[in-house]
Amino acid sequence: MSASGPFQDKPKIRADALSVARGGRVLFESLSFAAEPGAYIEIRGGNGAGKTTLLRTLAGYLKPRGGQIVFENAEEPSLALHFVGHQNGLKPTLSVASHLRYWAGLFGGAINAGVAAEKLGLSALLERAARTLSQGQARRLSLSRLVLAPRPIWLLDEPAAALDANGKAMLATIIDAHRAEGGLVLAAVHEPLGPTPSQTLTVGV
Amino acid sequence: MSALVATFRRDLALMWGGGGGALAPLGFFLGATMLVPLAMGPERNLLAAAGPPLVWIAAALAVLATLERLFQADLEDGSLDHMLLSPEPLELIVLAKGAALWVAVGLPLALASAPAAIALQAPPELVPAIVLSLLLGMAAFIGIGLVGAAVTAGVKRGGVLIALIVLPFFAPPIIFGSAVAGGEHVGAALSVLAGFALAALALGPIAAAAALRLQAE
Amino acid sequence: MLTYLANPARFMAFSAWAAPIFLVAALALLAIGAPWGLFYSPADYQQGETVRIMYLHVPTAWWSMGIYAFMGAASFVGLVWRHALADVAARAAAPIGATFAAVCLITGSLWGAPTWGTWWEWDGRLTSMLALFVIYLGYIALWSAIEDEEKAARLAAILCLVGLVNLPIIKFSVDWWSTLHQPASIMRAGGSSIDPSMMGPLFAMAGGFLCLFAALLMMNMRAAVFRRRVEAARLRGADA
Repeated sequence: MSASGPFQDKPKIRADALSVARGGRVLFESLSFAAEPGAYIEIRGGNGAGKTTLLRTLAGYLKPRGGQIVFENAEEPSLALHFVGHQNGLKPTLSVASHLRYWAGLFGGAINAGVAAEKLGLSALLERAARTLSQGQARRLSLSRLVLAPRPIWLLDEPAAALDANGKAMLATIIDAHRAEGGLVLAAVHEPLGPTPSQTLTVGV
Repeated sequence: MSALVATFRRDLALMWGGGGGALAPLGFFLGATMLVPLAMGPERNLLAAAGPPLVWIAAALAVLATLERLFQADLEDGSLDHMLLSPEPLELIVLAKGAALWVAVGLPLALASAPAAIALQAPPELVPAIVLSLLLGMAAFIGIGLVGAAVTAGVKRGGVLIALIVLPFFAPPIIFGSAVAGGEHVGAALSVLAGFALAALALGPIAAAAALRLQAE
Repeated sequence: MLTYLANPARFMAFSAWAAPIFLVAALALLAIGAPWGLFYSPADYQQGETVRIMYLHVPTAWWSMGIYAFMGAASFVGLVWRHALADVAARAAAPIGATFAAVCLITGSLWGAPTWGTWWEWDGRLTSMLALFVIYLGYIALWSAIEDEEKAARLAAILCLVGLVNLPIIKFSVDWWSTLHQPASIMRAGGSSIDPSMMGPLFAMAGGFLCLFAALLMMNMRAAVFRRRVEAARLRGADA
């Protein structure tokens, strides 16, 4: 797999009659969808409807209460996906560059820290400690993992949170490029991110 | 650079860099050691008998104080989510974090035990054995501590809880470590200590990783 | 039997009549064993009348260890098969085991006063029991510190199993330490030199405490199941 070439193995995700619960409380039931390579699925629903829970279930952090999730062409799903949650996973005292270095090691695979920094507009911030970044800059640093270590499936939980117009444009650009390479993106959103969704899922009962 | 090296380097940078987090346990250790003669009186024979084992207690408490945030910070800031997506198993990532803690905190504490033991009137010929025993003992404490830190990662202000959970399991290394510090059966006690440290480092990360997978839910 | 009771509905039906029966059996056995041990069994030729405290000390020592082993088994089942009733059982057993350990420690201390001339002796067995008591406290504290019950159950189960692996190691270390520091071996109740006439009351008391554990366990578990039902009903009510 390389950042420039399309994903050879073209993974797909299918969910059959999925139901999830949080703290003993059922959030939604019998959700089914299929995500093909190149898909961009927007997940919608009010606060507490279960958008985050759905994404965390797809990522494998949570077990579904019922139904099943099938990954095709991905032997080990946890190595085929990226998860961008509400928390950015940053350490205040470490620099932007050392975060990129750490993630490069942690995720393995073909890595281009320089390209990732450039695409998310971080090139001028490399030596800055994470605590000095603005909310939007911190979010862009977190999103840079997507470009840094190419993985076909992106699970994004409100990825545009705290991003300015410029940052949103960068996000839209990397999503479009990812789809063009055969990757697939599922994003929980309140506002449209820009790219035309191939499907919109509404969760909640 | 593999995931384990990356984890080790990052944790080391977090503990040694910036806030100077690794200096605090060292200061705690020296402060606690200083209180011993103040409580017991400076009488040499009394100190020589009780001092070296108290070095062990002070070191155990110093490393205990570093455990609370070990996984809690990763759970709160989302880093744990990332670790679960690494090609390396979480057990080994946990072990790498433990190794960083040993280098950043355990190693300096073991080295600082030399002057502390001398100040507490330990026989000078015993000092190398005391340092060696603490090098092993720190590995044992950290192996056990990983489990305590992992099961309490989601508990706010869980410092006292970790202490309560972990302290009874500190009994074996304390027993054999203090035997070394007291100059009794040094060889046998050191080998038991080494065995215990190995077992703790082998099994601790497995239990800790199982707990952390639950914490990520 | 255990698989049969693993179904919560069947457990509730069974425990509804079994818990009172075990409670009655416990009270009967203790009512027989206590006077038998305290008044109708011989005094020890060395320890005199104080040996009688062993009828309380030894059964609680046995069962506080037995209850921890039970919790370990329940934790394993809860962790591997994600069985809710096993989680409930482990949690319900902990305060009973801790109480038994506390009774064992207190009676050991009371026995020590006339025998050793001190209220606390760092004897190997008492020290191991103290470690077990602290492990019980840590387990209970972890349970109550975590709000999400399901998560608490699994994390506590991991801790319980770690404790189960460690207990023999702690016991071994403490025994080694104990021989190092006090070579004189003190004859203890529960040793091999126990008089046959002491066996009857000892086993009656041990049986009584076991039945008491079974009864209290089922009562605790029933309370926990009822609490979960109320909680579930409340959640459904909030949704509607």
